[in-house]
Amino acid sequence: MTSTFPAIQLENVVREFHVGTHVVRALDSISLTIEHGEMVAIIGPSGSGKSTLMNTLGCLDQPTSGSFVLNGQDVSGLSDNQLAETRSRQLGFVFQSYNLLPRETALSNVELPLKYSGGYSGKDRRSAAKTALDRVGLSERYDHRPMQMSGGEQQRVGIARALVKNPELILADEPTGNLDTKSSAEVIEMLRSLNEEDGKTIVVVTHDTEVAEAMNRIIAFRDGRIVEDRSVDQPTPTSASVDSSKQ
Amino acid sequence: MNAALLISTALASVSANKLRASLTLLGIVIGVSSVIAMMAVGRGAQVSVTSRISDLGTDLITVSPGAEALRFAFFGGGGNSDVLSLADALALKDDVFAPDVRLVAPENSFSGSAIVGSENTFVNGVGVTAEYLEARNLSMEYGRNISNIDVENTSLVAVLGSEISETLFGQQNPVGATMKISEREFTIVGVMESQEGTIFNPDNSVLIPITTAHYRINNGKGLFDSIAVSSINVLARSENTVDDARLDISTVLRLRHELAADDEDDFLITTQQDTIETLEGTQGTFVILLGSIAGISLLVGGIGVMNIMLVSVTERTREIGIRRAVGAKRRDILFQFVTEAILMTFAGGILGVVTGWAIAYFGNGATVDGDIIETVIETHIAVIALGVSVAVGLFFGIYPAVRAASLNPIEALRHE
Ligand SMILES: Nc1ncnc2c1ncn2[C@@H]1O[C@H](COP(=O)(O)OP(=O)(O)O)[C@@H](O)[C@H]1O
Ligand SMILES: [Mg+2]
Repeated sequence: MTSTFPAIQLENVVREFHVGTHVVRALDSISLTIEHGEMVAIIGPSGSGKSTLMNTLGCLDQPTSGSFVLNGQDVSGLSDNQLAETRSRQLGFVFQSYNLLPRETALSNVELPLKYSGGYSGKDRRSAAKTALDRVGLSERYDHRPMQMSGGEQQRVGIARALVKNPELILADEPTGNLDTKSSAEVIEMLRSLNEEDGKTIVVVTHDTEVAEAMNRIIAFRDGRIVEDRSVDQPTPTSASVDSSKQ
Repeated sequence: MNAALLISTALASVSANKLRASLTLLGIVIGVSSVIAMMAVGRGAQVSVTSRISDLGTDLITVSPGAEALRFAFFGGGGNSDVLSLADALALKDDVFAPDVRLVAPENSFSGSAIVGSENTFVNGVGVTAEYLEARNLSMEYGRNISNIDVENTSLVAVLGSEISETLFGQQNPVGATMKISEREFTIVGVMESQEGTIFNPDNSVLIPITTAHYRINNGKGLFDSIAVSSINVLARSENTVDDARLDISTVLRLRHELAADDEDDFLITTQQDTIETLEGTQGTFVILLGSIAGISLLVGGIGVMNIMLVSVTERTREIGIRRAVGAKRRDILFQFVTEAILMTFAGGILGVVTGWAIAYFGNGATVDGDIIETVIETHIAVIALGVSVAVGLFFGIYPAVRAASLNPIEALRHE
């Protein structure tokens, strides 16, 4: 992952939605650069365009105008197939509502991205999925279905799924939005350790200022624009505790 | 996704809702099994008709007046030369002009009520000569056949079919008894053996001398030679000389009817082979009809599959969104849903073939309305039916699958 390009480079990105006769500008000329190894929090009131930004970064959506360069590759203008390939190769996405397949086991949910990328035998898939589940501390939950797990565990399965292809970039849209305080802390700690120990670039959308302050950089949104972009000095870079990051 | 993964994914999805899958399958099972069973019945009927005709003997040739002659006869054009006469029949016995003809049996027909005491029944009568019995491969149960002396004497004698005999006389032997047809009193000289199940069943016929039928029932005039006959039964010397005999007949009749070289025949020669071919053609149409009806039920089954697939796509919108988000291409989603549809119709097809085969197998020999049903199972029909059911899955699965594949991933993920 020692690329000379930034992980993410947005220039004048606009995303408009047509609702009836009027146009909603969810992203209003966003320019933003995120370097490899950064751990960024996106904050802002509801409806300010955070999810729209994440969907664009996650190659699930295309900007109306402007350019988006992901790890040196211009993503704006890619075909639907190429976008799917980019999603599969370059990034992992973590959702607020986990988005696990309800009938499948944890193991099988984590295997899913591998099924769509070819080159993995059933054995390879299972061993990669187990490694990812072990990484998030769910070695005991391989055969559990989502309904049999707590919200925090389900979200960790979600993180394992995002990790399984070992992408450099992890995007998480309000990953703690449905979790209690304890589970939230665990999930955030997980993301921090992925950043600090595995060198992943992490972008997290959050409402929780405590969560935001645990990151290295905070970008604040309002009405589709960036109104603040500042770095946070973490007292001890290798700290394992969320609480210790409070200032 | 590779084929094995595609199939195992589809299998898991289909078996997640077993009741629904089974009900969807049922439509295809009914469609395919009815195709198999209907075709087996149709082919069975075809084969049995062919074998019943062959029972009559393939050396039988029937000569009847041509279409032109029939039209004259219908409009009362009496005495025209196109109608076959007894003299034509006699000419076919000529060993020089018709060496390949072994036996000639002219016949004409009449109808009327046969009355015995208070019993009364409608009969299809045949005026015959002594040769008729052999030509039609019939035999006597009681008494004697119509003789050529009876024919010469215009005798009032009759031979009964077994069913007529039973209707008029019950279980009694009617030989020697009398019977009235058209105010004439006939003496019964014999009863034919029953030929139930053959294509020309004589059980309802009454045979009388051809001359008696002409002069005394149909009130015909003219000389013996000019008696009009409705058809002439001819036996060839052997089954291998049927075509030669046909040529002999044609030559003799064309000469006698004074036809010019470019005139068409005014008579019709039908061999048993012709009859088999005609009947097989008719039966073929019947088989196609049965097949189409069954095919329509397969079509209805296919529409059922499409219906369920459309419901499934709507229900699983979020699943589609998840798959797309983790890297599935439109193509992957398309193939997944098409595979699910094909999997259902293929399974339905296999069950349908087994069911249809079982119906045909156990239905063989069953009696419906007094008719024995024969079935012939053909492997290629089963293979075709299976192929068609896969095609039905492909055809009716494509549209729902295209809908699934064209969903926008973000909107699909937002779906509740
Ligand atoms: N698919 C869409 N169609 C129409 N409007 C949309 C769509 N997605 C988002 N929006 C609008 O764009 C704005 C930003 O939405 P979003 O990015 O979801 O905000 P946030 O995640 O910060 O709450 C909102 O006004 C929202 O209504
Ligand atoms: Mg949002």
